[in-house]
Amino acid sequence: MSLDVNMSVTGNTPEALNVQQKLSAALGLAGIFIMSLSAFNVGFQPQALWLTLAIGLVAIGIVWYTRASYAGKTAGIKNDGVYFKSLTNRGLWAYLVGIVFTGFYIVLYFYPGLLGLNSDSANTGIISLFDPLSQFMAGRPASQWFVYGTLYTLAILGFGFKFLWKYRHNSYQRLRTFSVMFFQLGFAFVIPEVMARLNDDDFSLPYYNLVNIWPLNYYNFEQYRVDEFISAGTVGIALLIFGVLSILVITPILTYKYGKRWYCSWVCGCGGLAETAGDPFRHLSDKTQSAWKLERWLVHSVLVFVVVMTTAVVYSYLSPGGYWLSGGAFLISVAVLLSVIFGWAMLFKRQELKKDARYAAIGFFVVIMALIALHFSGMTSKVFLFEAETLRASYGFLIGAIFSGVVGVGFYPIFGNRVWCRFGCPMAAVLGFQQRLFSKFRITTNGGQCISCGNCSTYCEMGIDVRAYAQKGENIVRSSCVGCGICASVCPRGVLKLENDTPKGRINSKDILLGNDVDLMDLVNQNKK
Amino acid sequence: MKQEHIVIIGNGISGVTLARHIRKLSDKRITLISSESEYFFSRTALMYVYMGHMKWNHLKPYEDSFWKKNRLELKQAHVKHIDTERKQLELDSGEDFSYDKLVIACGSKYNKFGWPGQDAEGVIGLVSKQDLEALEVYAPNNEVCKRAVIVGGGLIGVELAEMLSTRNIPVTFLVREEHFWSNVIPDQEAQLLERHIREHGIDLRLDQNLEEIITDEQGKVKAVKVKETGEIIDCDLVGLTPGVSPNIEFLKSSKIELNRGVLVSRMLETSEPDVYAIGDCAEQREPIGNRPAVEAVWYTGRMMGETLAQTLCGNPMNYNPGHWFNSAKFFDIEYQTYGWVFPEPKEGHADFYWEAEDGKKCIHIHFEKESRIFKGINTFGIRMRHEVFDYWLTEEATVDEVIKHLKSANFDPEFFERYEKEILEAYKKQEVDV
Repeated sequence: MSLDVNMSVTGNTPEALNVQQKLSAALGLAGIFIMSLSAFNVGFQPQALWLTLAIGLVAIGIVWYTRASYAGKTAGIKNDGVYFKSLTNRGLWAYLVGIVFTGFYIVLYFYPGLLGLNSDSANTGIISLFDPLSQFMAGRPASQWFVYGTLYTLAILGFGFKFLWKYRHNSYQRLRTFSVMFFQLGFAFVIPEVMARLNDDDFSLPYYNLVNIWPLNYYNFEQYRVDEFISAGTVGIALLIFGVLSILVITPILTYKYGKRWYCSWVCGCGGLAETAGDPFRHLSDKTQSAWKLERWLVHSVLVFVVVMTTAVVYSYLSPGGYWLSGGAFLISVAVLLSVIFGWAMLFKRQELKKDARYAAIGFFVVIMALIALHFSGMTSKVFLFEAETLRASYGFLIGAIFSGVVGVGFYPIFGNRVWCRFGCPMAAVLGFQQRLFSKFRITTNGGQCISCGNCSTYCEMGIDVRAYAQKGENIVRSSCVGCGICASVCPRGVLKLENDTPKGRINSKDILLGNDVDLMDLVNQNKK
Repeated sequence: MKQEHIVIIGNGISGVTLARHIRKLSDKRITLISSESEYFFSRTALMYVYMGHMKWNHLKPYEDSFWKKNRLELKQAHVKHIDTERKQLELDSGEDFSYDKLVIACGSKYNKFGWPGQDAEGVIGLVSKQDLEALEVYAPNNEVCKRAVIVGGGLIGVELAEMLSTRNIPVTFLVREEHFWSNVIPDQEAQLLERHIREHGIDLRLDQNLEEIITDEQGKVKAVKVKETGEIIDCDLVGLTPGVSPNIEFLKSSKIELNRGVLVSRMLETSEPDVYAIGDCAEQREPIGNRPAVEAVWYTGRMMGETLAQTLCGNPMNYNPGHWFNSAKFFDIEYQTYGWVFPEPKEGHADFYWEAEDGKKCIHIHFEKESRIFKGINTFGIRMRHEVFDYWLTEEATVDEVIKHLKSANFDPEFFERYEKEILEAYKKQEVDV
């Protein structure tokens, strides 16, 4: 086989897994097997015991696997054999796992009945297995979302533990992993479930994970939720206001200070899963220029879609009246807000945007403004030509279910762990826009120390060709960078550092790297200007 | 006017940097000739392919379309002879290939010091793509290769030891000197590294020389004999890593003046008109400062490429490297150096050494006794900022200033444990003791 194709896969490497790793993996899978069996109404009784057993087996399996993998090794970067293992090198195991994940998401979103959700009667199957836990936490029977939430949290905690061991020499990696584990367990799982206990006939709050911010949480401002917030009095109104402030005030401030990493790799649940359970697949992201181009178009299209959809939905329930804000006033505020952002970017930041980004921004802006204008000129009674409900339903189906779930997680072993975050997440697009144009965050390149080895690019989960910048001595300021810090960790020569520093000189470009005599550097860097 | 044709022999870091910079500055026709690989790859990362961290494709810093897009012609061939009179290259295919300006950037090969059996099957180095391919053949796993012996303690030797150990192949590491890499680093650092190498299960033998490589009837490596002890060590692979030297065999038939490497002036010109040499294969007629005449380092190759591009594009310029720097990684421990730290302080120089409690991090500073001017630092396990040290070296900062402001030079990731205070305390203590 030619070296150029792929020298790594010789099949002559030491056994991919040692005995302990195999046994522990089997133990964890036994837990999953119990859950799968329950789908066929095997009738495990008492359920609480079997559920504890299943979850316990998974947890013990992961902990044991972790120790078997890292305990005997010195602390440091241990990516040995990543490209020899079937699971992490798009081999048979990768496809099998991919198919199982994808299948699970399809069932979860579209056929919850198969999991045991019954509209008129008590739960059966897997969901009923989780009833005791749901009763204990929220005081109500489980739903498919409770099952999903529990497994999701289990995955982040379990594989988070594994990640903590893998990077036990690296405080940055450890801290941010503790952070995603904390936010998943507390904010995304325990708090909202326990809050459900407060609900009774006169008082009801929607399920609200405070750190799940619109537009990632695309349904946050839908009528049923807004009605519930309003009817819940001060607390509800406060939460509603918090939801609006989150995207308009809190995110720009935090992103300015720390880059979008404060959210994407420290807080967000999608990021949390990607960084823990998805970590073994991070190197599978596509690093080509064409993938980058696709990313820019796709992620911003989703952002436009979600803005249009949400505006239409909110407008449609505001316009009959009965709310504090009228439909027309709402539309005008949206138009003003978008104009201000667009104007600011075009006036002060246009030189920092690539040509295609400029054209796209102008295009999107013109289209949205034209639609709003069309409405006010009375040419169409609907905003945006479609029924708000049609938009909402198609967004929920295409983006909410297919993109973020089925493709986003189901394809981890094939396209890497950040497919959704990179190509689809509108929140990432907003934060990326802030990070690129208005932030102190950058990855600094250390003078002339880069040896172009490519570890940084290979292990970048967002598919950024980090080396392309590092070998030119240029800082990395990319909207997609989630600040996971793995590039800096795997760099063998100490070239990369994630930093928050003054915005001045953040984006630099040097033709000659440090190491030459100063005259040559001056000369060449001058020639550029 | 006819378009000038610049031909570069070798597509490593020197040749490719040169080609890229010429393209930025001009529209000249550029051809890169190599028989090693079709596309430029990062030689420093060969180890990661064998260890399974990366695939071959990841070693290529530019996408394959880059070359055509930038009109950099690639020719896969081996140059047999250079006719500097007729300005023609004779290729192994028999083809003649002409140039207007020729740049030799053909790099290094690994040293063999005349050991019996050194050309046997199963003896490898770790310099080229072909070496990596050979390694896959002779040491794919610990059944085919039950033990490997590495000869020569330096950067490549330790890389090879790390590579083999990831495939659970037992390694014996013969180092001629009393301490590891002691022709470059002081004993304290050497001892720190020796502990770390042994921690990884490597059978590190200091002060032991290779006597001969013993082969079987098929001419394949069977064992090595150690000079000092006469011990026979059975093995299936011998890695020769006692440094590299210029790969200039093919130039011997030409008129170009050679010594250990291709002799060049400060303008990187060889003895023949319109022929230049850069990178590992070039030998300065007059060494520059403390630098050796032949510098086989990634960074210097790159800098020579950057400089020569200026000269070839009408802005003649001396190769004038700035302050010395280098870096490496030994298993888990990263190493950086800025300025000059020698195995022993030079006449009139003194040193300051600090080691962390875990024995895995240290810094070593050399400075002038009288003026207290800072001369250089070795740092293990702590990342430092190149720019800051470059500035301190240019400004001739004193060692006291450097220690006091060490924090501003720290380049470790956020939230990492910091050692500046501890270092300052140790430094004060040393100064009081003196």
